[in-house]
Order: sequence, then structure tokens, then C-alpha cells
Amino acid sequence: MIIGVLKEAAAGESRVSATPSTVARLIALGYAVIVDADAGAAAHFTDEAYAGAGAEIGVAAGADIVMGINAPSVQQLDAMRSGTTLISILGPASNPALLDDLAHRGITALAMDAVPRISRAQSLDVLSSMANIAGYRAVIEAANAFGRFFTGQVTAAGKVPPAKVLVAGVGVAGLAAIGTAGGMGAIVCATDPRPEVADQVESLGGEYLAVASADTEVSATGYAKEMSQDYNARAAALYAQQLPDTDILITTALIPGRPAPRLVTAPMVAGMRRGSVVVDMAAASGGNVEGSVPGEVVVTPNGVTIIGYTDLPGRMASQASQFFGTNLVNLVTLMTPGKDGILELDWDDVVQRSITVTRDGEVTWPPPPVQVSAAAAAPAPTAAAPVQAKRVVSTRRRFLRVSVASVVLLLLVAASPAALRVHLTVFALAIVIGYYVIGSVHHALHTPLMSVTNAISGIIVVGALLQIGQGVPAITVIAFVAILLASVNVFGGFAVTRRMLSMFSKS
Amino acid sequence: MTIESIAQAAYLVAALLFIFALASLSKHETAKAGNAYGMAGMAIALAATVALAIDRQIETVGLILIGVAMVAGGAIGIWRARVVEMTGMPELIALLHSFVGLAAVLVGWSGYLLVEGGGDPAETAELEALGTLGIHHVEVFIGVVIGAVTFTGSIVAYGKLSGRLKSNPMTLPGKTILNLGALATIVVLTVWFFWSPQVWLLVAVTLVALALGWHLVASIGGGDMPVVVSMLNSYSGWAAAASGFLLDNDLLIVTGALVGASGAYLSYIMCRAMNRSFLSVISGGFGIEAGPADDRDYGEHRETSAEQVAELLWEADSVIIAPGYGMAVAQAQYGVAELTRRLREHGTSVRFAIHPVAGRLPGHMNVLLAEAKVPYDIVLEMDEINGDFAGTEVVLVIGANDTVNPAAETDPGSPIAGMPVLRVWQSDDVIVFKRSMASGYAGVQNPLFFNDNSAMLFGDAKDRVEDIIRALP
Repeated sequence: MIIGVLKEAAAGESRVSATPSTVARLIALGYAVIVDADAGAAAHFTDEAYAGAGAEIGVAAGADIVMGINAPSVQQLDAMRSGTTLISILGPASNPALLDDLAHRGITALAMDAVPRISRAQSLDVLSSMANIAGYRAVIEAANAFGRFFTGQVTAAGKVPPAKVLVAGVGVAGLAAIGTAGGMGAIVCATDPRPEVADQVESLGGEYLAVASADTEVSATGYAKEMSQDYNARAAALYAQQLPDTDILITTALIPGRPAPRLVTAPMVAGMRRGSVVVDMAAASGGNVEGSVPGEVVVTPNGVTIIGYTDLPGRMASQASQFFGTNLVNLVTLMTPGKDGILELDWDDVVQRSITVTRDGEVTWPPPPVQVSAAAAAPAPTAAAPVQAKRVVSTRRRFLRVSVASVVLLLLVAASPAALRVHLTVFALAIVIGYYVIGSVHHALHTPLMSVTNAISGIIVVGALLQIGQGVPAITVIAFVAILLASVNVFGGFAVTRRMLSMFSKS
Repeated sequence: MTIESIAQAAYLVAALLFIFALASLSKHETAKAGNAYGMAGMAIALAATVALAIDRQIETVGLILIGVAMVAGGAIGIWRARVVEMTGMPELIALLHSFVGLAAVLVGWSGYLLVEGGGDPAETAELEALGTLGIHHVEVFIGVVIGAVTFTGSIVAYGKLSGRLKSNPMTLPGKTILNLGALATIVVLTVWFFWSPQVWLLVAVTLVALALGWHLVASIGGGDMPVVVSMLNSYSGWAAAASGFLLDNDLLIVTGALVGASGAYLSYIMCRAMNRSFLSVISGGFGIEAGPADDRDYGEHRETSAEQVAELLWEADSVIIAPGYGMAVAQAQYGVAELTRRLREHGTSVRFAIHPVAGRLPGHMNVLLAEAKVPYDIVLEMDEINGDFAGTEVVLVIGANDTVNPAAETDPGSPIAGMPVLRVWQSDDVIVFKRSMASGYAGVQNPLFFNDNSAMLFGDAKDRVEDIIRALP
């Protein structure tokens, strides 16, 4: 089959859905590739480079499979045949008219922004890969507009304090922003309604600021949801407290299918220092920050720059195209089980089912819900209940068992002769010591532990030593063999432990 | 102060040194010192015992025999310890366990011949006076039984680990009944022997216990060997302790109890790592019922090449290697260590993730990697590293299967459901080194291989790792 790579029709779109290197991988899967002339020009991929990778330069819309970043223009759609498979970002939730149109045209449409958030589908998730770039770029844009260093320095020309960066919303973009800002030397704080991201924030060197509220969230889709009034009030208090000494604010809060939540109000922005920078990554869907303008940079009367760029990934067109192209290659690989250049839509595969928004003239959006890995906690409560009950029973049973064992032991020891009682005391205490001593042994040393215990259990030689040569020939022979065997154990065990331990070295 | 009292004191010192030895083994830094404490304790104990034997007017020939036996045994032991391959460590340890078991049987028999058999009438009379003659009968029996079970069990474990016996579980009809029957027989014989100590009873119980030990381990599959080896370690300790009761010797009791408790605790750790009860391991048969759901379609696996893996590794910042028994079988640890060194020089963070039951011996993988000079501070155990897979770019699974099987967490119907596993699938890319698509010891298919972020690298692990090293820039 032939794959067509569209030149993006949308104004200002600099990305392209395939790069020469991803084209080569598509060809390796058995496909032929046609690329629109100048499709990659804005992302610094020349037609020659595509041709060099094995693609043909021609009219992509006529291909069997058409790829793009955004939904094609009407002209491009008109050039496509019925039965074509279209793969791009389609925004199925907010574009019902587009879906109807695609279905009407007989186009099978795969929406790359509808990939379910399950680990298996991560390699296809363009939202994640683009968010990663956007988060990085947001910091770069902020640094560009910010008049000072990010990192603190002590120089001959004076001391510079590090910049303080606050990231609101710790999704993929937020994490990328935290990592980038931290890497540039800034002090980074981040906040998010989901407390489980605290570890992720800290793993990137940021500090997690929790909003004091019982209203934390566990989302079944892996995305954030809208929060309650109480939560929002407390979050607002947090921002009001943090913003006056924050140099850079980056907001990334998005709720799928809804306008972006308004996190920061105009009075809060007015409370920021002159020269501070706000990057509102949600500007396209209404903005997290009051006063942000989609696609524009505005400067407030108190000298705060609010950046509302909506094309952050597009500002790094080469990188974004490479990621997007790789996501598409991964999808095509998934859908080409035979590696024979034949695209097969597997309706039973939850990933493929989820992204297919039109098929055979019908709109197939929305797909049946997918429980994603983020919701792994959800089935747990049902499973936890019986476990809990079992544990209660077993505690009681264990108590019973201990009591019975104690009584039996007591009677046994009480009935035994005095000589034996002394031995039993020693025996019992030694077991307890052994248990506690071994309990702290490092996992890596279990084998040496075993060979040492092996060696010292050769102490049984002591018994044979005292039996040998007591005047009974049969006993002497038996004890001789026992000494021989136990000596192998003692010497062999210690020697092999020594050899093993000398191998363990630290880097 | 007599020789007797000095020997008693020496035994106490030796026992404390043994405890100290085990305690020192808990950390890498003090482990070597721990081994030295153990040797010191043993030397003191042996010297004291020989002195005691001389004090008790041992025959000269006996003294010579002691010398011969110890020199010969020591020479054999040190020679084996020198030449053993680290991959062959499980076999060696199993074999050493069998020696302790056999020694315990022999000590028990000597004890019988000495007291019940009329070898030393004075001793018999003394025990009679103390009223512990009956106890002595029972002690002989217990020592012989535990020793015999340890002996044959260890021999079978040795055979399975060294490939001389088939490693799949032997399934006799009604094997649980057989085990319980043998135990019941042993109890009956013990009671009988308590009332009338006759030699044929001792012969019978020895044979029954030998058969029981054989059957117990023969019906356990090769995949459960870490548990079996530590269980036999425990038995060998109890055998020594039983001999201690028999001989009235506190040092043997203390040492035996230490070893017994340590082996039992290790078995417990191993069982917990497999989410199985000790009894279910002992009664054997894990993985016989190879999942009825196995005709399920898992999709297609993806194959990769050494060159692609080399490229992937070179680009990655963080790599985790999850080795399993397959690495030991292929002797791939040196190649893996070399690969690790190259990547670390390149600035890549390389760490190892060790599942508690990887290999055939607790801690087996650590020893192999140490042998190949992998620094121990990058070798982490499951609990330390399991949270880090999500942020890791590449995971190499080398010869591991069940320990990285996501079905343990996701499929409640799987035979390994609930077993804690290494969450390798959370990383960006998983490369699985495997000889073929056959399933692991548990006979469970592994959905990991069919994940989109997994790729298979087929062939001998050692050759493949060397191919990757050659393909590195």
C-alpha cells in the first residue's frame, strides 16, 4: 500500500508527519511513500532528503493511507478517495462536524489524539510526545523573555540569586518543564491535584507543593478532571501565596473536552514582580491565566510578560516532526502484523479501536471506555476487602496456634529430664538468635551466607571426633567416614565463601 | 580447671564466634571479617575437641585416623572450592549439604552402637542412672531421620542442579499420601524403638527416611530449587542440632539451631518472593497444570537484532539489566559485565535488577555478577529498583522469564498470579534475550514478549551479548 505524507495546510504549522528517517522505517515495513512537495521545508527536511530515504515526491492525498499532523484542509479531503485511511490529530471530541464529513466521504479516520493511556500504547501517544516538547519549549520561551539568569551565580560582578519557577499541572508537559528549568539551574516548585505525582516531581529535582485539601483525585482516564469549589479556593490561596516571589510561572492544566481551568486571576498576576514571565500552555483552550491571549505575548501594566503561544511544539519543528513521525511509525508497525505493507485494522485491539473515529461510512466515536494503567488502584479495593477479612481470621488463628504450641512446648519441657531441659533452653534461644541475625542479611550475600552456614554445620565433626577411637572398631570406622565428610564441608565451605567474598567489589 | 571445663569454655567462645560470623555477613563491608570469625570459631572448636578426645584416653590409632580424615577431607574440600565454577555453586552447596546429612546419620549410628549396642557399658549405665536412656533412643532416631532426609534430598537436588537427573518434578500417584505415610511410619518406628531399641528398627527407619528425602526433592521442579537448597540448608542444621542432643554437646545444638533457623528464614524469603506457601513448595508439583487458558492469542512478538540493540543502548541514558538463570546457563555474565563497563564509560547509568528467586540459589545472580567484576553497588534487589523501571529507557531481560511476567500482576487466573515480579514492562523499551519462544519453568506464557515496547533477541545469551559489544560504536 502507499502512504502519503501531507504538507500541512494550517497556517503557521511548521511540523510534518514524517521525516526522512521515519520514511525509511515505513518503507522497511513494506510500504511505498509519497510526500507532498515542500512538506518538510518548514522543519528543515528537504525534498531531496525524502527522496534519498526512498520516498517519491508527488500528491500525497491520493495515497491509500494519508498522514498528517492536523486534520486535512477541504481541498486535501476532496483529493482523497473513498476507502482511504487518514491518520492525524482530529480532535474528535470537539469536531463532530469533521467526523460526519469524514464518514460521509467514506474515509477511515484514525485520531492520534485519542490514543488510550495504557502502557502498551505509550509509543503511539502523540499527545505525550508533543507535550514533552511543549514543556521544554515553554521554559525556553520563558527564559528568552526573562531578563535574568536561571541559575544562581557568585561572580566578580556580584551575586545572582537563582530564578524561582512554579509549574502548575504536572502532566507530561509539566514534568518536561520541571526537568528543563531544573537543568538550567532554577529552583522549581510544582503543584497538581494528584498527590501521586509528588514522587515524579521530586525525581526531577522539583519540590511538590500540595494543596491542603481532602479533595484529591484518582482519575480513571489518566488525565485530570475538574476539581471542587473547596479545592479551587485552597489552590487559589496557594497561588496567591507563591506568586509574589515567583519569577516564572508555567501553567499546563488541561481537562479533556472542557475549557482549561482558570488557575490564576488578573489580581494574582498583578501581584507578581515586574519582569516576571508567565507561560500559559493552555491558552488555546481558554487559558489557565486570566489575561493570556492565544498565540500572543502580552505585557501587563505591572510589567509581567504573559506568553500564550499555542504552537510550542511547532517552534521546534524538526524535533516535533521526528517524534510525531516515530509515533506514526509505531502505529503503522502495530497495524502491519505481516510487515508486508498491508495495513490491517484490528477491531479487537483496544488501542486501534480507541483511535478509530470513522469507519465504513459511520462515526465510531466515542469508543468503549478503556481502563488505563493510571487507574490500577480502582480494581484493588474489591480485591482488598476479602484479603483484609482473611488477615483478621489468620491473626486470630495465629494467636490460637501460638497458644497451643506454647502449651505443648511447656508440657514437653516440663516432662523432660533436667539434663535435656538445659539443652532445650540453649536450643530455643539459638533458634531465635539465628532468626534475627539472618533477617538482616543483605540479599546479595545469601549465597555466601549459605556456604558459611554450610561450613559451620560441619561442626558435626565434633561429635564424630569424640566417638572415634573409643575401643569399638565399628564405631571407629563409621566415625572416620563422618570426620572425612564433615571436614570436606568445613574446609570447602569456608574456602568457597572466602573466594566468593573476595569477588564482591564496589565501583 | 580441667581439660573438660576448658573445652566447655572453648565451645561457648566458638558458638559466639559463629553468631558473630553470621551477623557480619549482613553487610558487604564486614562480610570477609565474618568469614574469618567463622574460621576462628571452627578452629577453636576443633582444637578443644581434639584436646578433649586426648584427655578421654583416645587410642593412638584413633588420633592418627582423625589426622588422616581431616587432612584428606580438608584437601578435597579446598580443592573443590578452588575449582568450582560460580555457575556451579548451587550444585556444590547441595552436595555439601548431603555430607552433613550423611555425617549426622553416621553419628547417630555410632551413638547407637556406643550406648544401645553395648559399645560403652559405662556410658549406658550413666544414662540409665540419669533416667535419660529413653531420651537417648529418641535422639538417635531423630538425628538419623533428619540426617537421612537431608542426605538423599541433597543428592537429588545435586543431581537436578547438575543436570544428572531430569529437573522436572517426578509425580508418583498419591505423592502426598506417600510423604505422610512415610512420616507416620517414622513416628511409629520411633515409639517402638523407645520401648525396645532393636537394631532392625534403626535400619528400617534409616531406609524409610532415605526414601522420604529422595521422594520429597524428586517431586519438586527445577524452578523451585532456590527454596529446596535453602530448605536442605535448614535440614542440615537441624541434623547437627539433633546430633548435639544425642552427644550432650551444646556447641552442636547452638550451631545447628543457627544454621537451621537461617535456612528456614531463607526458605521463607524465597517462598514469599514466589507468593507461595512453604508447604505448597515442599509438596511439589508447581507448574504441572500448565494453564488451561494458554491457547489464548497473545499477538505477535517483535524480533530485533544485536545491531539495533547496540544502537538503542548507546542512545539511552538509563539501562537496567534483569538477569535470570538463563544468563548463568549461557555463562553470559562476563559479556554482560563488559557491556556494563562500556556503557558506564560512555556515561550511561547501568543497574541490575535481581529478583529474589532468580537463579537456582538465593543470591546466585549476585555471586555471578561479582565474579565478573560488576560492582555490587549497582546490583539492586527487586524492592529497591521496582519503582525505577518507569523512568528507564532500556531494560535488558537476559535469561529471565517468570520473574518478569506481567501476568503475575494482571491475570488472576495465572499459575503465578500474585507473585511479585520485576516491572520491566514499564520502561520505554524492553529487550528480551531468549533461546526460543518456549515458556519458563512455571510453564506459563509471558505476555511481556508480545508487548509493543518489547523486542525479542533470540539465540545464546553469551553470543548475543558479545554481538552487541562488537556492534557498539
